[in-house]
Amino acid sequence: MKKIIITVVGKDMVGIIAEVSAFLRKANVNILDISQTVVQDYFNMMMIADGAKSSVKFDSLSKELAKIGAGMGLDIRCQKSEIFEMMHRV
Amino acid sequence: MINISEVLETNKMVLEENLDVRTITVGISLLDCARSSVRGTCDAVYSKITRIAEKLVKTGDDIGREFGVPVVNKRVSVTPVSIVGAAACRKTGDFVRIASTLEKAAETLGVNFIGGYSAVVSKGMTAADELLIKSIPEAMASTAHICSSVNVGSTKTGIDMDAVRLMGKIVKKTAELTKDSDSLGCAKLVVLCNAPDDNPFMAGAFHGVSESDAVINVGVSGPGVVNHVLKTIPDADFETLCETIKKTAFKITRVGQLVAREASRRLGIPFGIIDLSLAPTPAVGDSVADILKGIGLEHPGAPGTTAALALLNDQVKKGGVMASSYVGGLSGAFIPVSEDQGMIDAVNAGALSIEKLEAMTCVCSVGLDMIAVPGATSAAAISGIIADEAAIGMVNQKTTAVRIIPVWGKKVGDTVEFGGLLGHAPVMKVSEFSCERMISRKGRIPAPIHSFKN
Repeated sequence: MKKIIITVVGKDMVGIIAEVSAFLRKANVNILDISQTVVQDYFNMMMIADGAKSSVKFDSLSKELAKIGAGMGLDIRCQKSEIFEMMHRV
Repeated sequence: MINISEVLETNKMVLEENLDVRTITVGISLLDCARSSVRGTCDAVYSKITRIAEKLVKTGDDIGREFGVPVVNKRVSVTPVSIVGAAACRKTGDFVRIASTLEKAAETLGVNFIGGYSAVVSKGMTAADELLIKSIPEAMASTAHICSSVNVGSTKTGIDMDAVRLMGKIVKKTAELTKDSDSLGCAKLVVLCNAPDDNPFMAGAFHGVSESDAVINVGVSGPGVVNHVLKTIPDADFETLCETIKKTAFKITRVGQLVAREASRRLGIPFGIIDLSLAPTPAVGDSVADILKGIGLEHPGAPGTTAALALLNDQVKKGGVMASSYVGGLSGAFIPVSEDQGMIDAVNAGALSIEKLEAMTCVCSVGLDMIAVPGATSAAAISGIIADEAAIGMVNQKTTAVRIIPVWGKKVGDTVEFGGLLGHAPVMKVSEFSCERMISRKGRIPAPIHSFKN
């Protein structure tokens, strides 16, 4: 699993980054970059992560993160980074 | 490195503006499946299609999930069946057996369509071509996942008017045999001029004889994305308008290029082309008509519509061509009526007629598409409409097509419900003046001259 982009969208609350990064630590996924912004009262966070050494497959990583999100009322998506690189870089 | 606003922009396109990859279509050559018996041909066809496209649906779904962009349709296109069955088929029923075999293959694979129940007769029909064409009504009535197309003309050969005359009758017959489902069979049948060999979109997809053994063609879409971005520049000048459409088309096409490359790698089948068409769906906002409104028309059909569509089509191509290494297929903007809520609204408002749609087809990627007309429309009138579209394609060196549905028992003002991506359509008025005597003439229209362009 190469570079992945994790996005979190929803209402801001305590512990979002803690929850997501705790899970990534368990899955042995390295966080390369985090940025966040608030758009129209919505919390938007993006993590760029490296899953090369992770034992967890992309599909289950994606499902687990979505489950964590659902538990906190957040939408967490996990995507391979190529789609963004293709679209926004010539 | 990628920044958050870029990531959010991409995801907004998918989640709110209906960005998707409309289809991954695997083109498969069936030339090596021709046998001297119908049974042998059917067995070879079934085994080759199910072998090559075995993992298509799973691969498409995997790619969609991993990149977070839906891959809506997974499809197969095959060598025109009139060629594959020429050695074995002696009656129309023989060709229908091949159609049933294709249907069985579609069900096994889980693809939503197989295209290529086709004949390419731009200059003349062989006996097998004619048999296949005559079998189309029964084939369309007895299958659900098979698409048929007939190419009746080209810029190089002129128009085969014998085929045009026959197709008027075939469209009518198909409508009759599928009258219990609002003549739905006609929605799977298209008559083309200058049909491309590598089109991934139905109903006109077939795997031309100029293609290799198997190939991946991808159709991207995204009218909702263009539509949305135009809302942010309601009063911009034409330069800004065109630049904005072009940049958006680039982004949309890049997604298609990524998906095509991945699908090609995972399936071990060479990448063919990206078809950069804006293909609308009945979903609100996913509409080419709404883009035309965004450019500044009250409804498509208003004066200025042809110019607006020409501009849109050209910018989509200019943006898309740079985004992909190979562009082909139909590439441009589709203007189906039933599949586009904005078009349906325009017809209902009285703004859009078949005649105006015909003018629009001179500058867009295909032709008269998904248009419901009264069931009483004569076969000659349908042939006349086909001839008009073919003439536009022939003279302007572009692909044109007619997918028209003379809905059994319906008249102008009625509405027809096709369901799903095919949408619903108001029955439109066809000119009641006759072209019978012209259509009954035999032979073909010669190829046009390529000089003295006026």
